[in-house]
Amino acid sequence: MVTLQLTRVSARYGRRAILEDITTPSFQGGQVVALLGPNAAGKSTLFRRILGLIKGDGNVAINGTSAERPVAYMPQDTGAKAVLTVYESVLLARMQGRSLKVQPEDLAQVDRALEELNITSLGERDIGDLSGGQRQLVSAAQALVQEPEILMLDEPTSALDLNRQINLLTVLRRLADERQMLILVALHDLGHALRFTDASMVLENGRLIACGPTEEVITPELLRQVYKVAARIEPCSKGRPQLIVEEAV
Amino acid sequence: MMTETTTAAPVSQARAFYRSQVFRRQMILAALVVALFFSLCVDLALGPARYSLGEVIAALLTPQNVSQQARVILWEIRMPVALMALVVGASLSVAGAQMQTILSNPLASPFTLGISAGASFGAALGLAFGVAIVPAAIEFVVPLNAFIMAMFTAFLIHALSLKRGVTVETIVLLGIAMVFIFNSLMALIQFFASQEAVSAVVFWTMGSLTKATWPKFWIALGILAAVMPLLARHGWALTAMRLGDAKAESMGVKPRALRLEVLVLVSLLAAVAVAFVGTIGFIGLVGPHIARILLGEDQRFFLPGSALCGALILSVGSVISKIIIPGTIIPIGIITSLVGIPFFLFLVLNHKKASW
Repeated sequence: MVTLQLTRVSARYGRRAILEDITTPSFQGGQVVALLGPNAAGKSTLFRRILGLIKGDGNVAINGTSAERPVAYMPQDTGAKAVLTVYESVLLARMQGRSLKVQPEDLAQVDRALEELNITSLGERDIGDLSGGQRQLVSAAQALVQEPEILMLDEPTSALDLNRQINLLTVLRRLADERQMLILVALHDLGHALRFTDASMVLENGRLIACGPTEEVITPELLRQVYKVAARIEPCSKGRPQLIVEEAV
Repeated sequence: MMTETTTAAPVSQARAFYRSQVFRRQMILAALVVALFFSLCVDLALGPARYSLGEVIAALLTPQNVSQQARVILWEIRMPVALMALVVGASLSVAGAQMQTILSNPLASPFTLGISAGASFGAALGLAFGVAIVPAAIEFVVPLNAFIMAMFTAFLIHALSLKRGVTVETIVLLGIAMVFIFNSLMALIQFFASQEAVSAVVFWTMGSLTKATWPKFWIALGILAAVMPLLARHGWALTAMRLGDAKAESMGVKPRALRLEVLVLVSLLAAVAVAFVGTIGFIGLVGPHIARILLGEDQRFFLPGSALCGALILSVGSVISKIIIPGTIIPIGIITSLVGIPFFLFLVLNHKKASW
């Protein structure tokens, strides 16, 4: 089973340190891990650092994998335009590093990724014509089609309506449970984190200030310190922990 | 399972659409090849001595069975010119296509990046003052000057683009700056040069296929044949570049390295083409846009499509340049812009979908 562990990982742009000394326990396939923190905390940089797109001190250890590119990454939405259909753009993600000849297996994987996210009906549409939310689901399909063992998604729900947010997170949960994927997902909605993730990492100013089981990490103290809000966490009538925000402080 | 099933199609429909799209594109590429062959034959048939298409095809397939005169005219005089049109058109169009792709700019082309202007300056140095930047046989002084200045321009842009903080937008801006610098230098040369030299320079910048010879053709073809597979190798990565650097990176593409390699390759293509036939306007801009409208941006189709569209435009341009005023071959550079641009605008304005 795939594992991911960070040891004293840091990253800098020029002289400015973006990530400092981040050490995590070993995450493993089947887990959904939330990456939390306010804007500009270093969440995207951490994803890019894990992917090897930026260099820095420390060690990113990915073990127990036989895949050539075990990690797939869905970046934040950039809204690019190109004369490509949704189907082509997902196939494109699948074919990187492969030969020019498309195999039936590749098309089957594209079908599967679109079906998984229930956007098969978008297949024939030009990517330039999509709404922000549709783009985000297509982007998730582009990551999924690579059949990764570790899937990293940077704020995948930011442009989705509530229905699609829940759906996407349900799909991610299922991918972790059924395919033993390790999923790292940057989220702003702590309620989603409480409901869908096993563990959470909280970044603030490039430092990891909390890491562990989500229910233990998200506390009123942390919310006050990191998110600058007064909040309570109470079980709902079904016993699930719920986040109730009182006010900004 | 997600619940957005109201408009969901069966899985096979998206794939079926994709397959039909691939088939349609293969047909378009095949049609372009046929059109190209037809245009080549017409181009060969036209000239002071006219031949029917049947005679041309007979001379192509069985040269030993046609008259000595027809063989010489078709094979020795017209063939290198007609074939040069194809190779130069393809080279310029592919160069423009990949510049547009890696710089994410619909205006990028060998011309807007200053590569053609650099070549013109090099050629003008040779034509006006007999300056050879490197010693060469007299026949090759002008093309070699043009080539060296074109590559110099390209490398200058590459070198500047490696500086920190230089974005793709800045690279295009640098190219435009190059165009203006070289245009001023050209004006300076023309100011000091003799009347005859000025005419020679002006004629060169109009672009003309009549300078083509077999050796020049083989060189241009060799470069094109060498560069195309190198570009095709990066087909998926180049297509991904159009989604933006961040997206391409997330798919495992290294945008900076790819951009550099492709810029060098296409500069070579453009420099050779311009060096041999002079400035032939707009093919590098229009060829790729037509290919994009016809075939989309999947490089498996867009790359050969750009080459074929460029070749076809220049070949048709060559035909038109012979028939507009019978007995006179108008410089091809004039024709491609005059005829190509209205056709291009017609396509862009009538195309229902976004074409960039």
